[in-house]
Formats: sequence, structure tokens, C-alpha cells
Amino acid sequence: MDPLESVKITFFQECDEHLATLEGDLLAMEESAGDREAIDAVFRAVHSIKGGAGAFGLEALVSFAHVFETALDHMREGRLAVTHEAVQIMLRANDILADHVEAAKSGADADAAAAAAMMAELNALSPGEGGEAGGDDALDAGGTAPDELGFVPLKMDIADIGGDDTASDPAADDADWVVTFAPHARLYATANDALILLRELTRLGESDVSLDASALPGLDEIDPEGAYLSWTVRLLASCTEDDIREVFDFVDGDCTLTLERATGDGQGAGGSGDAADELPPADELGFRPVQIAIGEDDAITSPVAESDATPASAEPAASAAPQAASPPPTAKPAASPAASATIRVDLDRVDKLIDLVGELVINQAMLAQRVSETVIANDSNVSMGLDELEQLTREIQDSVMAIRAQPVRIVFQRMSRVARECASATGKQVRLVTEGEGTEVDKTVIERLSEPITHMLRNAVDHGLESPERRAEVGKPAEGVVRLSARHQSGRIVIDVADDGGGINRERVFNSAVEKGLVSADATLTDDEIDNLIMMPGFSTAQEVSNISGRGVGMDVVKRSIQELGGRLSISSEPGVGTTFSLSLPLTLAVLDGMVVSAGGQTLVAPLTSIVETLQPKADAVRRIGPNRTVLAVRGAHVPLVDVGVAMGWRTEPLPATEGVAILVDSEVHGEAALLVDGIQGQRQVVIKSLEANYQHVDCIAAATILGDGRVALIIDVESTIGSNLRGATPAEAKELLAAAG
Amino acid sequence: MNETTTSSLDESRELITFRMSDQEFCVDIMAVREIRGWTQTTPLPQSPQYVMGVINLRGAVLPVVDLSRRLGLGPTEPKARHVIIVVNIGTRLVGLLVDGVSDILTVTDESVQPTPQVACDVVDSFVKGIVTLEGRMISWILLDEILPEPKEAAA
Repeated sequence: MDPLESVKITFFQECDEHLATLEGDLLAMEESAGDREAIDAVFRAVHSIKGGAGAFGLEALVSFAHVFETALDHMREGRLAVTHEAVQIMLRANDILADHVEAAKSGADADAAAAAAMMAELNALSPGEGGEAGGDDALDAGGTAPDELGFVPLKMDIADIGGDDTASDPAADDADWVVTFAPHARLYATANDALILLRELTRLGESDVSLDASALPGLDEIDPEGAYLSWTVRLLASCTEDDIREVFDFVDGDCTLTLERATGDGQGAGGSGDAADELPPADELGFRPVQIAIGEDDAITSPVAESDATPASAEPAASAAPQAASPPPTAKPAASPAASATIRVDLDRVDKLIDLVGELVINQAMLAQRVSETVIANDSNVSMGLDELEQLTREIQDSVMAIRAQPVRIVFQRMSRVARECASATGKQVRLVTEGEGTEVDKTVIERLSEPITHMLRNAVDHGLESPERRAEVGKPAEGVVRLSARHQSGRIVIDVADDGGGINRERVFNSAVEKGLVSADATLTDDEIDNLIMMPGFSTAQEVSNISGRGVGMDVVKRSIQELGGRLSISSEPGVGTTFSLSLPLTLAVLDGMVVSAGGQTLVAPLTSIVETLQPKADAVRRIGPNRTVLAVRGAHVPLVDVGVAMGWRTEPLPATEGVAILVDSEVHGEAALLVDGIQGQRQVVIKSLEANYQHVDCIAAATILGDGRVALIIDVESTIGSNLRGATPAEAKELLAAAG
Repeated sequence: MNETTTSSLDESRELITFRMSDQEFCVDIMAVREIRGWTQTTPLPQSPQYVMGVINLRGAVLPVVDLSRRLGLGPTEPKARHVIIVVNIGTRLVGLLVDGVSDILTVTDESVQPTPQVACDVVDSFVKGIVTLEGRMISWILLDEILPEPKEAAA
């Protein structure tokens, strides 16, 4: 059924959001040493997942979430101390909860054994003694059998309401509190359930619930999403007002709630009498529909999900089974004005908008260029208008890109799990400190950040931090600190992974590099150069390959994947103090800063990130090597000189080097090289267009873009352009060239 | 809406015809997105000669294939009178450079004959069938393999 499916998709989206915040909230809970707000935040997230899962009959998820929630509840009530150990268990419970959600999403079964083990651990946390143990257990038992959680208690409770109503008077005498609770339509619209609230309330003590259905209009006037029912609960419990208010914590403002101390029989009886007085007229309307609703509940939302259902069936479902009625309103955000602060938008729509704005930018540039080519350009009105248009276009582009911008928190939050797992696998104690989680960066970058950061973090824990024993020797606290921070810096995002470990052991790095033939034994390298050896392909200093950071992926792969994104990775290390890996990335992968060059009669764009410098080659700096290769002398070093026009196959004879411009580029695999082009036209930001969308990958080309004149210009893939040049060479030549590149 | 178009398609199809080297060809009009004038292309490196390059189609990068060269009928010297037929091939959009579009035919399935066995790779790969109409013979072009195989381009 379509509407239900879409609600389910929304549910899983919300689950992901809850799970994303849970981890951080749990940690905040520990840091704040059991701050009430923090515990509530965690409880709410788990509770929401459980509630939604119940509505979709995801039994395994519900039962696990329920146990988790129960433990949290104990913590909330102060029956369970917020200790480091307890939080550690809950963090792992959170991981399993995430696995459950994943499993439910794909329709698979979660690892039942792991869940059962964790449930046992959580149950062990919960204090077994206590006066309300009996009542709690009964409810828990009901809750853990997932089928019952969703709907069977619904039947029973309504029966209770009806039953208690007739036998209300005896209980009224001893009532300590009289709570009247009248939900507003908004309460149901925000997926809350009066039934659950009432059940929570009844857990506080012996209670007597009566229904006031007097506001229920005739069937012809009923708004299927309206709220007409209210309840009066007489509570025989020695609880405080706060305890009661807390039950209604989530629905604060969405219902009318009055609390009164029931001092004597009179008031209690009076209240009951009032309700009884008004009951008769409502009787037919009130109770029969409720019973119909019970009958239909097993078939769940079918009448409700179709919004055109007759009022007769829709209203009882909406009022007596709010759980069933609540999903449709979530699909209509208009029903809840408070939700308008944020809206959920399909990513495709945003991407479409970004594409369109990209075209607008190109079109605007084309228009400006065409106008400037004609006489109208002298008309100041036209050029002023064009300037304004350009301004506006830029602003629109920036705003649209901002829609996709997301805080790096999403990635950082996942990292505490990585650090935790890595720490326990290496037997080290690690505290992960994150800073600047609010730093925003385009979604395209966010998606690609996780992998390099994970690897850098593992590296920091595994290789950066010393063992606790070693740390004790040098007088550091046993717990190592890894600092993960993000900040904006000159139009880029910079992410640092810093450890307070022993720093890079330069001697060992150098020896290892010599052993692997990466450098010659008599080379004299600066500290920086030695540090950078770590990122050479095929380098690994770990004495033995550990299963943490030594998963066959070295820092060279991390560096390459970062460079593919137009980023740079740098290291700074101080012996005994620590090592910092710093990665800098563009804020978006949708646009690129490029140098517009011409080669072989074509216009090309070279990514600015890989360009080191540009220079006009002097005749004596260009040397031929072998029959048809050229190297360029740059400050004593010789780098291969690649004619771009030839590499692209647009001309066969290379341009005389002195007539062109050499662009010195830094390539990861092939080292430094110089690209020879005919000339440089300028520097600008270009919108990246995929060649693969309509064609396929082309060697030497990273992507395409559209320039101001409306023509397509290709973006040079520096790595493969140099690579193809070397491949074209004979092995001996390639060796010479590589040696020349140093 | 779909149902009506499908049912009418069963009986008859509309085809866009064009001439190249004294031969007539056609493609299904349902595959054609638009027809536009010749625009200078940006040549691609390491690509087969029949791939003329890419052009900007309202913000998308569109590869243009010299259809005559692709079918082994010799390269086209593109001039302003040439047109690019933009067609859907799977999820891709591809431009086909042709001399010019002649007309639109409505044919029934009966007038489409299987491709004669002439032991020619080009015909086998690119001709889906023969449309005979009023004494004309029009080759119906199969678009699926117009673009080079990825490995062919890399070679």
C-alpha cells in the first residue's frame, strides 16, 4: 500500500536521524554525569524508534528497543547510576540498535544472538528490586512480546476505561490526584498516542481512568483528524506533581492538562459525577464507535490510510486508536505548524535545482560575453543590468549550494565508534575530542570524508598513540587523546586528526624507506621529507601488520583518495608530543577552481589544486632525453615535460617548449611533472559536468565544464595525463623519467 | 495515456528519415529528443574517429557521433547545413550528425522487413530492419551500439 510505504520510508529516515544523534547524546550523558536533559534526549530518541517500529510491526526492533528504553528509564529515574561502564554498555546497545534498524530496513533478520546478549546485559543493569517491580514487570512482559505492545494492550486498556468507568466510585475515595487530560489534534498529528500516555500514567500507581466523550460531534460533523476525547484519571499514588507532568513531557502544549489534589470524597465523586452526567448522551456516539475501532484495529490503518474513508470508520480510529491514525498526518506537514522550521526535501529535487542554477550561471556568462561583443556594451544601462544579473546569479548559486551543505558532525559522530573499537582492539585507552562539528561542507564532500577520516583516526590510535605502559614511562596520562577538528580556512575545509602520542619515529621511517628502496641510504632528507615518506606508495612502518590500520590500505591510498577530491594531506609531527594529519578539501565537488589553458587549438581546464607553479621555460632549461622525450630543469631538479596537445592526441609534433607555458604539477603516483600548454587564458571557478552521464570515461580527462562562450571545455586529469605519457615511453625511458622526477 | 500510445504504436510507427551517401536511413521518432543545428564540438582525446567530440546541450555534455563515418560511409565535413539528431540510447543522450532530415514516415509493422543477409558487420550491427515504402528502401538504424565500447575508447 503506497501511503503506508511512504510513511515507512519517513520512519526509517527519522530512525537514521535519531541514531545519528544517539551516540553523541550518550557520550554527552556521561560527560554531564547524568544530566537530566541529556538522559531525556537519549530516552526520547530510543522511544521514538520503538514507537515507530511498533506501528510497522517490526517485532525484533521493538523488543530490543524496549529493553534499551527500560534501562534508560531506570537511569532517568535515578535508579541506575550513570557510570562509565553503563554508558559503555549503552553505546554498544546503540550499535546493535543501529544494526536492527538496518536489518528492518532491508527486511532481513538482525543478529538475534548479539541482540539477546545485549538485552541480557541491559536487563542486568536494571535494578531488580523496588516497589513498582511487579507492575513494571507485568508491563515489561507485555512490552517484550512485541505483538502485544502494538495493539493488544490497546484493547485491554479501552476495556479498562469502560470497565473502570462503571466501577469508578470505590476507587475515587482514595484518589490522591485527579488528572484531566484532553489531547489536541496536534498531539495525534505529532505521532503521540493518548493510550501510551495513559498507560505511563497508570504505571505511577493504582488508577481509575474515565473517558469524557461529550465533545464528540455527530458523525456528519466529525473531522477525521480532530481530537474530541478527554480523560480523567484518578491516581492513587504518592507521586509528586513533577512525576505526573513528566509523563506528558513530550506532549507539552499539545494537550490541556490539569492536575488537582483530590482532598476528599466530594471532589473525587463530584468529578466522577460530572463525567457520568455527560456520559449518557455521548454513550451511543462515544462507546460504540470505540468498539468498532477495536474490531478494525487488527486490520490496522487500511481505513485510515485512505484519507477518503468514511467518517464513521475514520473518526473512531482517529480518536480511540491514535497510534493508527498518527502516520497519515506525518505525511502532511501542514498539519503541524511547528514542524515548518525544517522541511524534508528529496535530494533529487535539490540536485535538479543545483543543475539548473549551474546552467543559469553558464547562460549568464554567455549572455555577458555576447553583449560585450556587440555595440550595446556601450550602453551603461545594459551593462549595469548585466552586472546586477551576475551578482544575483552568484548569490542564487551560493544559496542553492548552501541547501546541500551539511555539518561534518554527521561524519564525526561515526568516528567515536571507530575510535572505541580501535582502542579496544589495540588495548589502548583513547579519548576522542571533536571540535568544530558544526562546520558545513557540501554533501558531495561529506559522503567522501568518512573513509579517509576513519583511516586517519585508526592510524592515529594504532600508530600514533603509545601503549599505556609506554605513556606511563614518559609521564603522560594513560588515556591518549585524539583530537578531531574541522574549520573553514580560505574557502576550504581543513580537518585535523591530532594525537598526543610519541610523534613520528623518523629514524625508523627512514630506515624502513631505505629497506623498501624508496630512498637511497645516503640521501639527506629534512624532517618534513621523512614525515612525508609515510604517504609514499608501498610504505608501512608497523612492525607487524595489525588488523586495525593495516588493512592493506596505507596512507598513500588515503592521500590519493583525498587528492582525487581536489584535496591535500599534510603531516606535522613533534617527537614526544604528537602527530597531526591535516587534510584540506574544497567545500564542494560540484565546482572547481581551475586554470583555463589552451593546448593544440583547444581550451582545457587544469585543476588549481594540483598546480604548483607556472613558468615560461627557458631554452637552456629544456633538455631532450632519449629519442623523443623532454625534461625541464626546475631549480636543479629535472621533471618530465608533457606536451598536453600531444598527450590528448590533438597534434603529433610537440610545441617548442620555449613558445609555451609550463605548468608544474604535483602528481601523487608520478611525482612532479610539467605540463606544456600553448598559453594560459585565466583562472576561474567552473561547474563540473560529468562525461560519463552521456558518454563514458575518457583517458586523461577528469570531467568537463561549460565555459562562458557555451563551448564544452575538458578538465585535465593530471594523474592520467602524465601516466599516459609515461606509458607511451619505453620501459627504459620511463625509468629514466621517473629517476629524473626524483 | 501510456496505454493509448502503446496501442497505436502496435499498429503504426513514426520514423524520422534522413539521407547519407545516397542511402536512406531512419530512426524511431520515439527515440528522438530534438533536432538541432550543427555546433562546433570539443574533440575528445583517445576516442574513435567517428566520435566528433562533445557539445553543450543546455548544460549537459552531449557526445556527437558522425553517423556516416560510424556506418562506414566516409567522414562528414560538418557545415552549417548539417544537423544533429539528439537521441535517447538507454539512459544516455547522444547526438547523431547527419546531412539533414528528409521527412517523417508513418509505417505499419507489415512494411518493416528483416535485414537481408549481406555478410556485412556494419549492416548486422546497426540495421534493425528495412522499411519499404513506395519503392524506397530505408534502413532502420539500431541505436544500441552506436557509441563505442568503453574498452575501445581506452585503447
